[in-house]
Amino acid sequence: MPLTGPMRIADNADRPRLAPHVRLVYDQARQRHVLLTPETVTLLNGTGAAILEMCDGVRTVAEILAELRGRYDRVADTEVEAFLTGLVAKRCVEVNHG
Amino acid sequence: MDRPLGLLAELTYACPLHCPYCSNPLNLGDYSDELTTQQWLRVIAEAAELGVLQLHLSGGEPLLRRDLIDIVRFASGHGMYTNLITSASGLSSRRAELLRAAGLDHVQISIQADEQALSDRIAGMPSFERKLTAARLVKKLGWPLTLNVVLHRHNIDRIGHILDLAAELGADRIELANTQYYGWAQLNREALLPSRAQLERAETVVRAARERLRGQMEMIYVIPDYYSKYPKPCMGGWGRQQLTVAPNGDVLPCPTAHTLPLPRASVREHSLAWIWQQSPLFQRFRGTDWMPEPCRSCARRDLDFGGCRCQAYQLTGDAARTDPVCHLSPDHGIVASAVRAASEAGSPREAVLIPRPHPDTRRRE
Repeated sequence: MPLTGPMRIADNADRPRLAPHVRLVYDQARQRHVLLTPETVTLLNGTGAAILEMCDGVRTVAEILAELRGRYDRVADTEVEAFLTGLVAKRCVEVNHG
Repeated sequence: MDRPLGLLAELTYACPLHCPYCSNPLNLGDYSDELTTQQWLRVIAEAAELGVLQLHLSGGEPLLRRDLIDIVRFASGHGMYTNLITSASGLSSRRAELLRAAGLDHVQISIQADEQALSDRIAGMPSFERKLTAARLVKKLGWPLTLNVVLHRHNIDRIGHILDLAAELGADRIELANTQYYGWAQLNREALLPSRAQLERAETVVRAARERLRGQMEMIYVIPDYYSKYPKPCMGGWGRQQLTVAPNGDVLPCPTAHTLPLPRASVREHSLAWIWQQSPLFQRFRGTDWMPEPCRSCARRDLDFGGCRCQAYQLTGDAARTDPVCHLSPDHGIVASAVRAASEAGSPREAVLIPRPHPDTRRRE
């Protein structure tokens, strides 16, 4: 098993990325970002879209949190982690560990 | 009014399988005059304009349409997420590669059971081995694989083995959905509805598998709505998120809404935008104004939208009543007695399934 795959977010050194079958797009009709997955469309708020845009398999969770703090006044680390963990469980986000 | 998120394109009702739980209309002959390629492309362009982001290609067997690859390419070009829902018969390597190149995002393959004899018996033809081959092909080409399994009295006890097979095939998702009793399936309801004991056993297996396969396989498990306390939020609300286009061009708020005594709406006569926004059909049960009691004053009315209009009509003769599945419905006794009968009946072997006839499965243009 390589050090990559659909596992849990274990710590802030993990590098999340969107799963290959998932698409993050800007929807002109609704003027917002949406996450397209096999059976669902998730309309994203600004923070959600910002987090997923940074899920590039290069940035760590810690780096994503740091960038969010630079952009937003209040960033709840646990909420961001819960958001990503939920998407990992749905196999929308994959993780490169370490 | 919201914009629609998804379009279910039922490209053809022709199908090589004969599943007794088929929810397609009883009178398939009414749908043999199928939309042409050009008409489908127009529908897809209009859908994209209207805000549709996902295109679910289904049927019948959508691979029976020779123009499937053109349709996928066109939808992909409009930025849509494309999803093929197939029995896998007709998914050759060559066809699969062309679909991949055309931009198809995701494939869902139906299986009827975890082993050949039962799967083929339910499907009404030898198909199991081809499905496994196709599932492996999907993975090989780098698509995410979803397995769709319709559960009922005759296969629900195999659920653990079905999950083992899915894991072995490397499925990314599995949808284990109990039969919905519409169309042909309604004829077989007594033979399909599982007993309470069967459901309890299945839920134990599903709970354990969910833990075991967490992060490996996404698992969707849907109990028969006859057994739930509240009705399903059918289609996420009438004319709210989804629309269906039937093979003949009829546009519907849900795939079974053709059973309701409502005026038709067709892409042969109107634009998709007019149908979504203005047709009497789409406005009939949109929102909450149409609701009777107990829905009207219920705290859940924006969660389940009063349940399924087709089920209300089918069981009570009035499409505007509360879905009888709801334990608060004055008609709930109808559902309760069906559940009682299913739990009292003898071995599943005693119940006879009537296979769905498909007289004509030749490819059509």
